[in-house]
Amino acid sequence: MSDTTAPLSRPGVSPAQAFVSAALREPEPAPVSTRGPVLWVRQHLVGSVPQVLLTLFGIWLVYVTVPPLIKFFLIDAVWTGTSREACLPEKVGRPVGACWPFIWAKMDQLLYGFYPASERWRVNVVYALGAILLLPLLIQKLPGKRLNAIAFFGVFPVVAFVLLTGGNLDMQRFLVGSIGSIGFGDLFTSGGSVQGLRASFWIDFVVSTVIVTAIAFLVSRFVAGPEAGPAAAKATLSMLGLLGLIIFAMDIDLGLPQVETRLWGGLLVTLVIAVTGITVSLPFGILLALGRRSKLPLVKALSIIFIEFWRGVPLITVLFFATYMLPLFLPGRFTIDGLLRALVGVALFASAYMAEVVRGGLQAIPKGQYEGAMALGLRPGLMMRLVVLPQALKMVIPGIVNNFIGLFKDTTLVLIVSIFDLLGSMRAAFTDPSWASPTTLFTGFGFAGIIYFVFCFGMSRYSMALEKRLDRAQRH
Amino acid sequence: MKRILFAAVGLLSLAGAVNAATLDEVKARGAVNCGVSQGLPGFSSPNDKNEWSGLDVDFCRAIAAAIFNDPTKVKFSPLSAKDRFTALTSGAIDVLSRNTTWTMSRDTTLGFNFAGVIYYDGQGFLVRKAVGLKSAKELQGASICVQTGTSNELNVSDFFRANNMKNGEVIAFGTIDETVKAYESGRCDVFTADRSQLAAVRLKLTNAADHVILPETISKEPLGPLVRHGDDQWSDLVKWVYFALLNAEELGITQKNVEEQVNSQNPDVKRLLGTDGKYGEGIGLTADWVVRIVKATGNYGEIYDRNVGPATPLGIDRGLNNLWTKGGIQYGMPVR
Repeated sequence: MSDTTAPLSRPGVSPAQAFVSAALREPEPAPVSTRGPVLWVRQHLVGSVPQVLLTLFGIWLVYVTVPPLIKFFLIDAVWTGTSREACLPEKVGRPVGACWPFIWAKMDQLLYGFYPASERWRVNVVYALGAILLLPLLIQKLPGKRLNAIAFFGVFPVVAFVLLTGGNLDMQRFLVGSIGSIGFGDLFTSGGSVQGLRASFWIDFVVSTVIVTAIAFLVSRFVAGPEAGPAAAKATLSMLGLLGLIIFAMDIDLGLPQVETRLWGGLLVTLVIAVTGITVSLPFGILLALGRRSKLPLVKALSIIFIEFWRGVPLITVLFFATYMLPLFLPGRFTIDGLLRALVGVALFASAYMAEVVRGGLQAIPKGQYEGAMALGLRPGLMMRLVVLPQALKMVIPGIVNNFIGLFKDTTLVLIVSIFDLLGSMRAAFTDPSWASPTTLFTGFGFAGIIYFVFCFGMSRYSMALEKRLDRAQRH
Repeated sequence: MKRILFAAVGLLSLAGAVNAATLDEVKARGAVNCGVSQGLPGFSSPNDKNEWSGLDVDFCRAIAAAIFNDPTKVKFSPLSAKDRFTALTSGAIDVLSRNTTWTMSRDTTLGFNFAGVIYYDGQGFLVRKAVGLKSAKELQGASICVQTGTSNELNVSDFFRANNMKNGEVIAFGTIDETVKAYESGRCDVFTADRSQLAAVRLKLTNAADHVILPETISKEPLGPLVRHGDDQWSDLVKWVYFALLNAEELGITQKNVEEQVNSQNPDVKRLLGTDGKYGEGIGLTADWVVRIVKATGNYGEIYDRNVGPATPLGIDRGLNNLWTKGGIQYGMPVR
C-alpha cells in the first residue's frame, strides 16, 4: 500500500499538491456473486425453481440415507467379539449396528470357500501372480507389453490351474473323456488314483497329432491348392504341439495335494469365473462378430446360430441341465466337473453377448475405411487387424466393459450347480446358528456389496481412462 | 481298442449304470457323496472352522465313519430344494440328507427310499411373551404371519377349522425373511413355520428372549435321509446307520465310553458293537461298524445336543425326538 500512496517529489510539483500512483491499481475482484463457489452454487444448485427443488430433494435424499448408513456401519457397529453374543443388543446394552466380527470370523470362508487351510498359500500365490502380471499390462507406459501379454494370457492360466487344482492330471480318465466325445471331460475331477504321466496317453497323443496333421495337409492341398498343404500342416502341428506342452505342464507331479473344485468357494470362485469369462469372451466375441458379418454362408450361419442360441437360453437352464441331466445321458460314472461346466457355460454366454457388442462397433465403421484399406493393398485379415478392429473396438469400449461388469456379477448363478461364490458363501455363513443375530444379514450383504463395488468400479474407472486415452483421434 | 470298447460298454449299460452297487462305488471312490442343504441352521451350515456342521451333516459323517472309519471322507453337495431330487436320481449324490419330509409320493412314485426319521419336525407358533399366551388353542382371532406357497399356510387354516376357532387374519409373505420382518414390526401377533425354523428365526429377532414357541405342533414333518430305489444293500446300510445311532444312545454308548463298552457283557451291547455276532457284514461292512460310527460322531443324542439341543443357540428341546424310553418316539430296531 505504501508505494501507491507515498508522495513523490517531482520537479514543479510540490508533494503537498498531488499523489500520483506509480503502479497500476490492483483490479477489484469480481463481485462475489459472479465468481467462485457462490457463482457455482448459483449456477448449479439454485439457478431456477426446478433447480432449487431438485437441490432440496437431493439434500433430503442424502440426509435420509447417508447418516443412517454411517451410524449403522460405523458408529453403532460392533467391531470385536467371538460369537453372536457380541452382536445382541440386549447383551451389549445399546442399539447394535453392523456385526463386523461375523465378517472376520467368516473371512476365510468368503475368500477361499472350503479350500483346505494348509493349501491356501496356493490361492494367495495365484492372486499375487495375477496382480503382478495384470498391473503392468494395464499401465500403458511400461515396456514389454508383448511379453507381458504372453505371460498373463498364456503362462498364467496354466500356472494358476496347476497351483489351484494341484496339477498332475489323471490322463487315463482324460482320454476316456475324449473318446466319450466330451473332450476335456474329467480334466478337473481326478477323484480316483492319480498316477500322473502315462506312456499310453502320449503314444495316443502323438498318433492323433500325426493323423490330424495329415488330414489338414490333404484337405488344404485339395481344397486350396498344393502350396497350402505344408502351411496348413505346419499350423496344425504347432497348435497341437502347444496343446501337448500345456497338457504336459498340467500333468507334472509337483507333489501338490489335489484340491477338488468342489472345495473352492468365495471370492476365489467369483474371480476364477469372472476372469475366465472375461478373457475368453473378448477374442471369441470378436471372432463371432466377424463370422456373423462374413460373406461365407456357412461361417455366417454357424455364427448366427451360436449367438442366437446362447443369447436365447437362460444361463440357469443350461447350468442346471448340464449338472443334473447330463449325467443321465453319459456312460457310467462319467462326470464333468461342476466348476468346469460353469466356466464353459459362462464363457459361451459371455462370448455371444460380446459378439453383438463388437458387431455394433463393426457396423459403425464407414465403408470408406474398408475401401481405403483395400486401396492400400491390405489383405482382408490385415485390413481387419490394422484398420477396422482398432476403430470398432475403441468405439464399443463402454459396451464391452458393461458386459464385463455384468459378467462379474452374474457369477453368482453358479450357486445352481452347488458352487458357492462370494455371495453363496455369504448366504451359507448366514445360516450358522452361532452367528445369527438381528443385524448379521445386513452386515453380510453390506460387505458383499462393498467387495462387488470395488471390483466393478475399478473396471469402470479403468475403461473411462482407456477411452480418454484412445480418444485422441476424435479431438480437434 | 480296449478303451473304445470300454466307452461302448459304458454307453450300453447306461440304463443300469445308476443302479449299480452304490457301496462298491463309494468304496472305489473313497468318499460318500452326500447332498445337504445350502445352509439351514443346526442341520447343515459351514462353521467358523470352515467345515460343514449340523444334524444332517453329522449323519453323512456317520455313514462315512461306518464305511471308511474316517468321518471326513464325505463330499458334501449343497443343494437347493428344487435340485435335491434330481441330484439323487442322477447319481450325483449317494444319499440325500437334507431336511426332507418323508411323504408317500416321495417314497413311492419319485423313486426314493427313506432310511428313517432323523428329526421329527412339525409346524409351531412363535408369539411375543408379553401377550401371555400359553397354548395355540388360545389363538382365537389372532393375525398370523406365514410364508406363502408353503404347506404351513394350509396347515394353519386346517388347524383353526379343526378346533372351531376363528383366525383373525392370515397374512402371507413371499420369503421367510419378509415374513419375519413383518412379525417383528408388529404386523401380526403370531409367526408360524416349522419348529426348527422358528428356533432359527428367533435368534435373528432383537431380544430373542421376548418371544416364545407355543407347545402345540400342528403338522407332521418327519425329516430323514433318503436314497434311490434299486439298491437295497445301500438302502439297508443307510437305514442301519440311523438305527445304530439310536441304539447306541439307548444302550448308553457314547463317544467317550465306546472303547470300554467293547468289553461290556451286556448282550445287546455286544451284538451292537460286534463282539458277539457279525451283524455288520449283513450290510457289507465289518462287525465293528458301530464302534467306528460312535467314535466318530457320537450317538444320536450327542449329535442332537451338539447341533440343535438346548445347549446350542437354537436350544430346541428333544420333545418327540427323544428316545421311546424317555417319552419321545425315536426307536431303534434291535440288532440281532
